[in-house]
Amino acid sequence: MTAISVKNLSIVFGEEDNETKVLDAVSFDVEKGEVFGLVGESGSGKSTVLRCIAGLYTHWTGEIRIDGQPVGAQLTKERCRKIQMVFQDPYGSLHPKHTVQTTLAAPLRIHGIGDIDRRITEVLRDVGLAPHLRFRYPHQLSGGQRQRVAIARALILRPSILLLDEPTSALDVSVQAEVLNVLSDIRDREGLTYLLVSHDLAVIGHMCRRLAVMQQGLIEEVVDYADLSGGRAQQAYSRMLFDASHHYDRSMANDITAARQAGGGTIHGA
Amino acid sequence: MSSTPRASDAAAVQAPLIEARDLRVAFQMQRGVFQAIRGVSFSLGREKLAIVGESGSGKSTVGRAIMRLNPPSAIVTAERLTFKDVDLLSASKKELRRLRGRHISMIMQDPKYSLNPVATVGEQIAEAYRTHHKVSSREARERALTMLEAVQIRSPKRVYDLYPHQVSGGMGQRIMIAMMLISDPEVLIADEPTSALDVTVRLQILAILDDMVKERGLGMIFISHDLNLVRSFCDRVIIMYAGRIVETVAAADLDNVQHPYSRGLLNSLPRLDQKRDRLPVIQRDDSWLEAV
Ligand SMILES: Nc1ncnc2c1ncn2[C@@H]1O[C@H](COP(=O)(O)OP(=O)(O)OP(=O)(O)O)[C@@H](O)[C@H]1O
Ligand SMILES: Nc1ncnc2c1ncn2[C@@H]1O[C@H](COP(=O)(O)OP(=O)(O)OP(=O)(O)O)[C@@H](O)[C@H]1O
Ligand SMILES: [Mg+2]
Ligand SMILES: [Mg+2]
Repeated sequence: MTAISVKNLSIVFGEEDNETKVLDAVSFDVEKGEVFGLVGESGSGKSTVLRCIAGLYTHWTGEIRIDGQPVGAQLTKERCRKIQMVFQDPYGSLHPKHTVQTTLAAPLRIHGIGDIDRRITEVLRDVGLAPHLRFRYPHQLSGGQRQRVAIARALILRPSILLLDEPTSALDVSVQAEVLNVLSDIRDREGLTYLLVSHDLAVIGHMCRRLAVMQQGLIEEVVDYADLSGGRAQQAYSRMLFDASHHYDRSMANDITAARQAGGGTIHGA
Repeated sequence: MSSTPRASDAAAVQAPLIEARDLRVAFQMQRGVFQAIRGVSFSLGREKLAIVGESGSGKSTVGRAIMRLNPPSAIVTAERLTFKDVDLLSASKKELRRLRGRHISMIMQDPKYSLNPVATVGEQIAEAYRTHHKVSSREARERALTMLEAVQIRSPKRVYDLYPHQVSGGMGQRIMIAMMLISDPEVLIADEPTSALDVTVRLQILAILDDMVKERGLGMIFISHDLNLVRSFCDRVIIMYAGRIVETVAAADLDNVQHPYSRGLLNSLPRLDQKRDRLPVIQRDDSWLEAV
C-alpha cells in the first residue's frame, strides 16, 4: 500500500512581482513501512515538501494522498495525529519558556489522551534521555539533547507517518547511532513510514532503500541507494553528491565550483 | 591532506593565538552547581583544530568561553585563557567588544537563533561590516552581496531581502559564515558550521575556510560531529568526554585513537558502502569520568 503519494506538488512564495517557484511539480510515492530518503541541494525545497505534507503550508497546488485518501490544504486533528514532523532546527522548534515535561504533555492534552506521566517516561527512555532532564528548559540542554526532545514530542502521539528533517545532523555520532537504532526499532515494531531528509548519504544508505534527489525545486531522479553507491545514478548531480560524501578533497571542491559555473548554478548532465 | 601534523604542532608552539590552561565552566542551577567543563587545556596556532565529542560534552561551552559569551549563570575560571597577549578573563567589556568579530569570531551552532528575526539577513551582514569599517551603506551592501555570492547563495539579491524565517537551514548557516568572512578575523570558532549543507556546497565552503588558514594565517577551532570530515579537513583533533579532554591526536592518526570512548565514536559511524543492521552504540564506563 502507498502511505504517501505526492503528485505535481508546486508552491510559490513572494508577492506577485517578486515570485519564487520553490517547488516545481514534485512527484514521488512512499510505500507503507518504507523509509524513503530525500536529499539534495541546500535550498532546493526539501523542508518545504515536508511542510506541505504536514499541513504547515496551505497554498500549494497538486495532489497529496495519505493512505490513498487525498488531503486538503487544511490541517485536521486526525491528520495531525497521523503525521508528525521533526524539524530541522532544534532551537526554533521548542518553546523557550516550556520545560521538557510541558512540551511533551501539550500534544497529549490537545488530543485528550491520559496517562501523561507514564507516556512521557516511556518516550524519554525511547529516545535515550535521562528522566531528570524532564524539568529542564531548552536553553539548559545541549543541542543533541534538544533534538531528542523534538523526536520524543513527535513520537508521543504514536503517529503512523514521521517526517524527519535532518533528525540527526545536530547529534554526535554515538547519539546518532542510538537515535537511528531507536527509529529503526519503532518502525519494525509499529510499522511506521518515514520520510527522511538528510545531507549525510551514509545515514540515508543505512536507513533507506530508495531516495529522491532534489535540485532547485525539482526532483532530479528517484534512485535505489544501491545504484547510487554503485555509480549507476542517472544524473550528474546525484553522482557528484555521492562522490563528494567521502571526505574533504580540495580538487573535488574545485570541480564542483567549475560544474556549477558551467551550469549557471545548477549541476547538469547525465 | 592539508598540512602534516608535525608542521601544525610547530605552528601551535611558535605563536599560540589562543591558550587555555585548566579552563573550568560551572553553571549555577536552582539546586547546586553543574560542572560543565572540568579542566581543559590546549593551545591553538594558525591551524585547523577540531573538537569532537558527544552531545553535552562541552564543546560549545568551550567555544563560548573563549568568546566570553557564556550566560550570566556561568562561572568561568582558568589558570590561563588568552588571545595572543590579551587575558580574556580580565578583559573589559569594551575590549571584548573590540575583539569579537574583528579578531575572534564564532559561527554559532544554531544560525537562525543567532540572527535578529526582525532584520533582513542582508542588512545583518552589511551591519557586521560597518561595525568595524567606516564605509557608506551602499558600499556595505555591495560587500554583503559579494559575500553571499562567495558562500554559494543563488540569487544573492533576492536572499538579501529575506528575513531569517524565510531562509532554509543551510542558507542560514551560510549567512552566518558570510558574516564571519566579511569581518575577516584572526581566530574563528566554527561550531558545526556545515552540518546543514549538502555535501557539494559543504566542500566549497570548506575550501574557503582552508584558504583563510593557509593564505591569511587564520586559526580555526572546528567543532564537529563528522569524523570523516574532521579526519580529512583538520590538522589536529581534540576528543572531549564529559567536560574533559580524553585524547588529542593528529587528524591523520584518528583511526588509531586509544581511548575506548574515542574508539566507540569511530565504530558508531554509518558507512557509505557497507550496510549494517544495527549501529554499535557506546557502552559508557564511569571510570571515563575520572581524570586522564
Ligand atoms: N516563507 C518563505 N518566504 C520566502 N521564501 C521561502 C519561504 N520559505 C522557504 N523559502 C525559500 O524556499 C527555498 C527552499 O527552502 P527549503 O527550506 O525547503 O530548502 P531545503 O531544501 O530544506 O534546504 P536546506 O537543506 O538548506 O535546509 C529557499 O530558497 C527559501 O528561501
Ligand atoms: N545555560 C546552561 N545552564 C545549565 N547547563 C548548561 C547550560 N548550557 C549548557 N549546559 C550544559 O553543559 C553541558 C555542555 O553543553 P554544551 O552545549 O557545551 O555541549 P556540546 O558538547 O556543545 O553538545 P552538542 O554536541 O549537543 O551541541 C551540557 O550538559 C548542557 O546541558
Ligand atoms: Mg531544510
Ligand atoms: Mg554544541
